[in-house]
Amino acid sequence: MPTIAKYIRPYLKRISFQMLIKISGTVIELFLPAMLSVIIDDYAKRPGGEKGVWLMGGLMALSALLAWLFNCMANRMSTNVTREITRNLRRDLFRRITALSAAQQDKITDASLISRLTSDTYNVHNMIDRMQRLGVRAPMLLIGGIIVSLVMEPVLTLVLIATLPLLAGTVIWSSKKGVPLFTWVQEGQDNMVRKVQENMAGARVIRALSRTRWEQDDFGRVNDELAGRQRKADLTMARVSPLTSFILNASLAFVVLVGAHRVHMGVIGPGKIISFLSFVTIILNALLMVTRIFVMYSKGSASARRIEEILLTQQDLEQEEGTQETEDAHIVFDHVSFSYNKNHHNVTDLHFSVGHGQTLGIIGPTGSGKSTLLSLLMRQYDADEGEIRIGGKPIQSLSKEELHSRLGVVFQYDFLMADTIRENIRFGRDIKEDAMMDAIDCAQASFIHEKEGGLDFELNVKGRNLSGGQQQRVLICRALAGDPRILLLDDCSSALDFRTDRQLRHALRERHGLATTVIVAQRVSAVMAADVILVMDGGRIIGQGTHQQLMDSCPMYRELCQLQLGGDAA
Amino acid sequence: MNGGRNAGRGPAFAKPKEKTSVILLKLWRYLEKYRYIILFAALLSIVGNALGLVSPRLSGAAINAIEDARGVQFPTVIRYVILMVVVAAASSLIGWALSAIMIRLSRNVVSKMRKDLFDHLTNLPISFFDTHQTGDVLSILSYDVDTVGATLSTDLTQIISSFVTVVGSFIMMVSIAPQLLLVFAVTIPLSVAITRWRARIVRPLFSKRSRMLGAMNGYSEETVSGMKTIRAYHQEEEFNTRFKTHNDNAVHATWHADHTAAVTGPTVNLINNLSLAAVSVFGALLYMGGRILLGDVSSFVLYSRKFSGPINEFANILAEIQSTLAAAERVLGLLALSPEQADDPDAKSIRDCSGHIQFQDVSFGYEEGKTVLHHIDFEAAPGKVMAIVGETGCGKTTLINLLMRFYDVTEGRILLDGTDIRKLKRDELRRQFTMVLQDTWLFDGTVFENIAYGRDGVTREDVEQAAKAAHIHDMILSLPKGYDTVVTGSGSSISKGQKQLLTIARAMLIASPMLILDEATSNVDTQTERHIQHAMLQLMKNRTCFIIAHRLSTITGADCILVMDKGRIVESGTHQQLLEKKGAYYELYHAQFDTPQDSD
Repeated sequence: MPTIAKYIRPYLKRISFQMLIKISGTVIELFLPAMLSVIIDDYAKRPGGEKGVWLMGGLMALSALLAWLFNCMANRMSTNVTREITRNLRRDLFRRITALSAAQQDKITDASLISRLTSDTYNVHNMIDRMQRLGVRAPMLLIGGIIVSLVMEPVLTLVLIATLPLLAGTVIWSSKKGVPLFTWVQEGQDNMVRKVQENMAGARVIRALSRTRWEQDDFGRVNDELAGRQRKADLTMARVSPLTSFILNASLAFVVLVGAHRVHMGVIGPGKIISFLSFVTIILNALLMVTRIFVMYSKGSASARRIEEILLTQQDLEQEEGTQETEDAHIVFDHVSFSYNKNHHNVTDLHFSVGHGQTLGIIGPTGSGKSTLLSLLMRQYDADEGEIRIGGKPIQSLSKEELHSRLGVVFQYDFLMADTIRENIRFGRDIKEDAMMDAIDCAQASFIHEKEGGLDFELNVKGRNLSGGQQQRVLICRALAGDPRILLLDDCSSALDFRTDRQLRHALRERHGLATTVIVAQRVSAVMAADVILVMDGGRIIGQGTHQQLMDSCPMYRELCQLQLGGDAA
Repeated sequence: MNGGRNAGRGPAFAKPKEKTSVILLKLWRYLEKYRYIILFAALLSIVGNALGLVSPRLSGAAINAIEDARGVQFPTVIRYVILMVVVAAASSLIGWALSAIMIRLSRNVVSKMRKDLFDHLTNLPISFFDTHQTGDVLSILSYDVDTVGATLSTDLTQIISSFVTVVGSFIMMVSIAPQLLLVFAVTIPLSVAITRWRARIVRPLFSKRSRMLGAMNGYSEETVSGMKTIRAYHQEEEFNTRFKTHNDNAVHATWHADHTAAVTGPTVNLINNLSLAAVSVFGALLYMGGRILLGDVSSFVLYSRKFSGPINEFANILAEIQSTLAAAERVLGLLALSPEQADDPDAKSIRDCSGHIQFQDVSFGYEEGKTVLHHIDFEAAPGKVMAIVGETGCGKTTLINLLMRFYDVTEGRILLDGTDIRKLKRDELRRQFTMVLQDTWLFDGTVFENIAYGRDGVTREDVEQAAKAAHIHDMILSLPKGYDTVVTGSGSSISKGQKQLLTIARAMLIASPMLILDEATSNVDTQTERHIQHAMLQLMKNRTCFIIAHRLSTITGADCILVMDKGRIVESGTHQQLLEKKGAYYELYHAQFDTPQDSD
């Protein structure tokens, strides 16, 4: 857990100070019985010792108060430290997640990211918290007990020390087993998260198909599996402490046996054994606490490793060196090919350019690579072959800032948050009220003004209290509000009726004519006015040109037009 | 059910605080069937404790044999040493058995609780899913349930066994020196009062901690699923800042609870220590006054130590119990949300229906006083194709919501074959429909499983046939593992349009008398749509169909087109009739043929 250790290190001073206080509190508490024996053995037997009795009693009360003060302080300080560490760890984890590439996120899966961000960070929190609380007393008692017993009776102590390899073996075995077991548990947790996520997203479909029963059974399976894994991990770890206590208790018997021999030899007196045994009991208790710490450690470190895995993910899609070329076109795809699974190409040999302020329309059948093209243009993935240039610079050489600021984009089924419409449009950017109003106007989203509270209307989860077409228009507002230089619209008007769609296109041309626009659509009417239209099929561009050119040269395009616009469209 | 879409937003499940006893009683219901096991576990722990007490006696006896005046009595020593080993083994075995029992028990309870929660979720009204963050629900299913489980497995036996020790020591103390008990007459009520006082302070803090963790989880889930957009707008920093707020809140709430609870243990300990001081002082004074023997004082002190030990332990556990109660409150709060209204006891069964639907003067609003559908009145004869058109937001999808009984009408009624659908078994009613929605839903499973999802006992051939009809077969074969390729929710190698085709294939396998297509092919290109036209017609054959589409070309053949505007039906009739009317439909229809050139 070297990375997690890095989070603990800055607080080592505070942790040691807090431990010092805790130790002081414990030591003071240990004086109480001593004072008690002074009262009873000493003052009570002395005539006129009442004053002494009261004095000692007062001292005991004072010590008790001191111990209380120290223990409270130490406990509270440890919660402070835990808070800081958890906060930093979770903050950095989230930060790292935002910086993952789309491919990395796909690979780890959303469900796993969510459970790492929540349940794993919580496990680490618990580990740090408990380690601080138990971590002082146990080692202190253990080391103290061993030192005192060594001084008192070295030979008998050696009997104890002989068991140490056995004990160490047990503890090491347990954490060796524990870490993979708890990792396995967390993976079960991922599955449960996925199942619940799916069911909450698909509640309508599941009910419509009357699959509630089946889903319940399937959750039962996932749940049983998780419970089984948790049980197995717990049961394995539950062996540790009885095993340790047996080893120690058995060694106690040996101490008596060896002690008997030494008494027989006349080396020690029997009283030594008695007091020695009482120290062994302290050591025993301390060791049991240590094993408990190890169980917690295993659980926490399994989670810590999962967090580390994300924190240490190699940054991909790094900014690279690239040379600026003078180029008239704004966006250039230079023989670009790409594959998601590196098995077969999803898009092949894409080659085109779009000038500043021009509109590029992309049309083609389902699965022909239209959205993939947009993903590459946003550098969600890097092309396998060829080069993409924006403003003459290879896309890899652009900083995120350059690439994404003043980019307006609407995905299919894009992300709406449970927040106000205003926040959903603003989306964290610094956007003036005027710009927002303009965007609403342009996106034909005046329905917003009719909502209760207007821009302050609160959306439900995933914007579900808006109709499909309203959702799309809010998303378009988001894309337009930032006055984009590049506007990417991926089938963003599929839920709009034709009239609204037409008005939207009209407004876009009028108000955002300077932006280079890429429109992916199913409707010919959405792209036919574009400066360049790409007709895609099977991941390739099979036609490229203006509407007129394509009507002449591209049979597929012609067919589409006839189908959608009627014979007279041309 | 019409409770309003916005009703439960924000940190959820903030229901009125339950009394501790009510929560405990409800938790007990989960434990009830294990009561004999719990009893057995308690007995085991008592035996284990007793064995722990025997051990010092054995070593004592061994030492006596060593100390024997005649020299070390090795046979006796060895006998006791062997006994010590045996007792150690026995007590370890018992300890192991005890924890094994409690682990199994708590895991069963936890698993049952999670299952109950999930099953309950599947019965909650649809509005729940529109207003609650998945992450918050997940937090209940994981964090809160696990918190309850942890307490059950460790603290329960500890409480039981310490209870025995406390009672035993108390009896011993009464028999030794009743006068000294006066000290406890002060300190015990004081401990109890302090504990209760602390609990009262700490409990709401733990509730807040659960809530804040839930809110943070909700936010995490939401943003993780929207990461693509966040990155596209380069708003990582901004969302980091927002997450920071949620994180700070959660961390602070956790800290506040722990920080406050951290005082409870030492405080109870303080009272015990003070009572020790008091016992020593008064014991000594009593002895000096000749009232009791010195030996009695020392054994009274020893027992009082034994007595306060478990009380200390208990005070420490108490903090955990408070967090458990707070967690249990959230678990029970979710379980207490009312499910979809249960079917009437005399709800009718519908095995076969002809698919005759009548809307009779139906009005509806998601929130009271905000009607979104006004006086909807139409009839769909069996086997007819009804198309619903109109501007976005005019209430088309709401109409479907009512038909499927995701929501119930506010006024009027909907009849299926002459029976009010509210008087039918909801599950069976829904089974009469096949629904294809614009928002495709695929789950984490193979392509085959996703297509076969709607019906049991579907063969590979059925699935392939459906896929071919939906024009998606070739694409499936091009996937790395064909029909066995696993589709993940976020998997990017399958396009949205292809996902829609998969759900159409899924629908093709379901035989139901009625069909709902809500923008089912909106992301499918026109050509593919035409290719599947035949299959779609096949799908619609002999069924009452409700089609919502913007591409009006897909609905020209409908038997009746309902044109909606602002929640009302403004026109209805066939394509031809409506065109002749030159009304709203005429305008809509011609809008789509407008070329951009025209509009310029």
